[in-house]
Amino acid sequence: MAEPPFAPLDDLPQAVVEPPRRGRLPFIWLLPVLVLMVAAFVAIQQKLAQGPLIDIEFLSADGLETNKTKIRYKDVDIGDVTDIHVSKDRKKVIVTARMHADAGEYLVEDTRFWVVKPRVAGGSVSGLGTLFSGAYISVDVGRSTVRRRSFAGLEVPPIVTSDLPGREYILRAEEIGSVSVGSTVYYRHIAAGQVVAYALDPGGASVTIKVFVDEPYDRYVTPSTRFWQASGIDMSIGSDGVKLETESLSSILEGGIAFQSLPQSATNPVPADTAFTLFTDRERAMRQSDTDVRTFTMYFKGSLRGLSVGAPVDLRGITIGEVKSLSVEYDRDGGTLRFPVEVDIFPQRIRGRSAHADHPLGMDDASETASRTLIDSLVAHGMRAELKTGSLLTGQKYVALDFHTEVPPEHVGWDAHPAVFPTATGGLDEIQDSVGSIVKKLDRLPFDQMTARLMATLATLDDTMKTADRLVKRIDGTIAPQLSATLTEAQAAMKNAKEVLGQDAPLQSDLDRTLLELSRAAKSVSALVDYLERHPESTLRGKPGDPP
Amino acid sequence: MSAPLTGRAAGLWVCGHCRATVRARAGRDGLCPRCGGTIHVRKPHSMATTAALLLSAALLYIPANLLPVMDMRTLFDDEQDTIMSGVLSLAQEGSWPLALLVFIASIVVPLLKLVVMGWLLLSVARRSRGNVLHRSKLFRLVEFIGRWSMLDVYAISLLVALVQMRSLAMIHVGLGALAFGAVVVLTMLAAQSFDERLLWDANLDG
Repeated sequence: MAEPPFAPLDDLPQAVVEPPRRGRLPFIWLLPVLVLMVAAFVAIQQKLAQGPLIDIEFLSADGLETNKTKIRYKDVDIGDVTDIHVSKDRKKVIVTARMHADAGEYLVEDTRFWVVKPRVAGGSVSGLGTLFSGAYISVDVGRSTVRRRSFAGLEVPPIVTSDLPGREYILRAEEIGSVSVGSTVYYRHIAAGQVVAYALDPGGASVTIKVFVDEPYDRYVTPSTRFWQASGIDMSIGSDGVKLETESLSSILEGGIAFQSLPQSATNPVPADTAFTLFTDRERAMRQSDTDVRTFTMYFKGSLRGLSVGAPVDLRGITIGEVKSLSVEYDRDGGTLRFPVEVDIFPQRIRGRSAHADHPLGMDDASETASRTLIDSLVAHGMRAELKTGSLLTGQKYVALDFHTEVPPEHVGWDAHPAVFPTATGGLDEIQDSVGSIVKKLDRLPFDQMTARLMATLATLDDTMKTADRLVKRIDGTIAPQLSATLTEAQAAMKNAKEVLGQDAPLQSDLDRTLLELSRAAKSVSALVDYLERHPESTLRGKPGDPP
Repeated sequence: MSAPLTGRAAGLWVCGHCRATVRARAGRDGLCPRCGGTIHVRKPHSMATTAALLLSAALLYIPANLLPVMDMRTLFDDEQDTIMSGVLSLAQEGSWPLALLVFIASIVVPLLKLVVMGWLLLSVARRSRGNVLHRSKLFRLVEFIGRWSMLDVYAISLLVALVQMRSLAMIHVGLGALAFGAVVVLTMLAAQSFDERLLWDANLDG
């Protein structure tokens, strides 16, 4: 047996007894506990930092990416998109987002979400920053207190966010014109607000437009404020030259609305959501409103071509009303068609004037009977409505009220509603009528007989002409050569005459002498006659001095 | 073949500090008569320590894989990557070998370490006698491989240091990286605290 290499085992020193240690706690076991605690802490913190999960509906998920797209409020991240899927009915895209814990209170009923991406609209470019960073979902926190977890996202960014100071007003217009959402609202050419929304009224007869006026300017919206469409160019040519009226260039391009208050009117601002009328242009808007409107029907005989709704009703150059409507009606009793023209007359435009100050007689007298009496008396004095052509160039017509002297007496048909105002034919109509009557007279002429006789006359004339022709020919053939010979002879005769009668012609001097003789003879005769007159007896006795 | 003679069986202890061989005495521990250091027959509380470290590592393995390890912010993008998403994006980009490498180093190896160490611990606790040699070799493999699982952490720390271009691009370390680092360190510590000799003790005692 081999000796172990470490033979002197017993020489080895013995281990010393270790002093007993107290509580052999395996400290290391604290580690998993610590890890658990830290993990729990982190988990709880994460859970706490995690806000609610919300759903937002959009029409498309353009630009949105799961786990990348943020939800931002005032450019601060308040959530992340965690899931995007198509709704069950495949009409929408549902974006699920995990909000941050502190964003919980933003999620109320009227909170709005929309996707911010680069947009070019009208004159403005927005969301350029998202070109690189990618789209994000922006939030406009509502004011409601009712919490919500699912929202319908907006497809276009809202014009006005809830924290923008200002007021919203409602405008009613017949048509939208060139105004669209985002169009600017101008106050004295300053951009003072924007069009927020528009909608067709349920009846489809008018349009409701919502405008938002920013804070410093909303105080100029008073009860007498007028809104009008400020899009386009308004050009007028007057005695002072050409006048061009526009809002800013961008409003010409993208449309706009302007407002202004009537001069000398109340200046207290109106509350939000007050309704106004949107006028089509500034002139109409700023026109003093006519509160008293009388409607009349007028039946004109002539064609209504050229007369349009809105055409003025003119009283010797002053517009006192306008055409309201044109229509056709079938008169069953008479079996004829009639063309009623309804006009609005604004009696307030006619100032009442009377010798009796305490009894103002005029159309501004609000009482119905008084104005009826007045109109009756005016009609009795010959006032009639007639159609006149305002411009020969365009053929536009207007209704003119004027006094006619030679018209059959008529009266206002107050029984009808609206009352029927008597009309007269005038202007072109009158001319037309005259022409018509002339044509009628012409029509009555016995054209057939006239033609027959004319034909006979013509035949005779033809014969006459032929005879004349023959005559002429004869003249030509026989008389003309003779005439020519005669003329030659006459010429020779004339020549002779000239020779005879010439100054130096012998005949001339002979004649002179003869005449001289003749004149002397005449003198002698004259002296004889004188003598004889004085001495008539001389014929018997001879000259006194003579010896008998 | 009879079991080889061990120091403990021969009644001899070796001081862990000055390597002096001393005669054993009753009890588990004693002091070295030469240097005064404590002589442990086996690493003290080896099982418990290893188990505790392993448990901690296993717990941390969950957040290490779930939380993002890297938060990369560029001008265009804000990207948070977990280990797995990094692997997937690598794979999608077509760098299969790299994806595989990261996958093995960062996901498979730590998991393997946890499983293997747990199994070894269990086998010791159950005084299992079979395959001691294999188990011993496995343990040494785990111990060797351990240091290489820091590949990911290393890559991230490099990136974080390099990519700091303020507004253009920023890379931040995520909580996941912290947890992952802790997993690697804890598994290494667990391997270190595990006394390999315990694997053989069951055979001796029998």
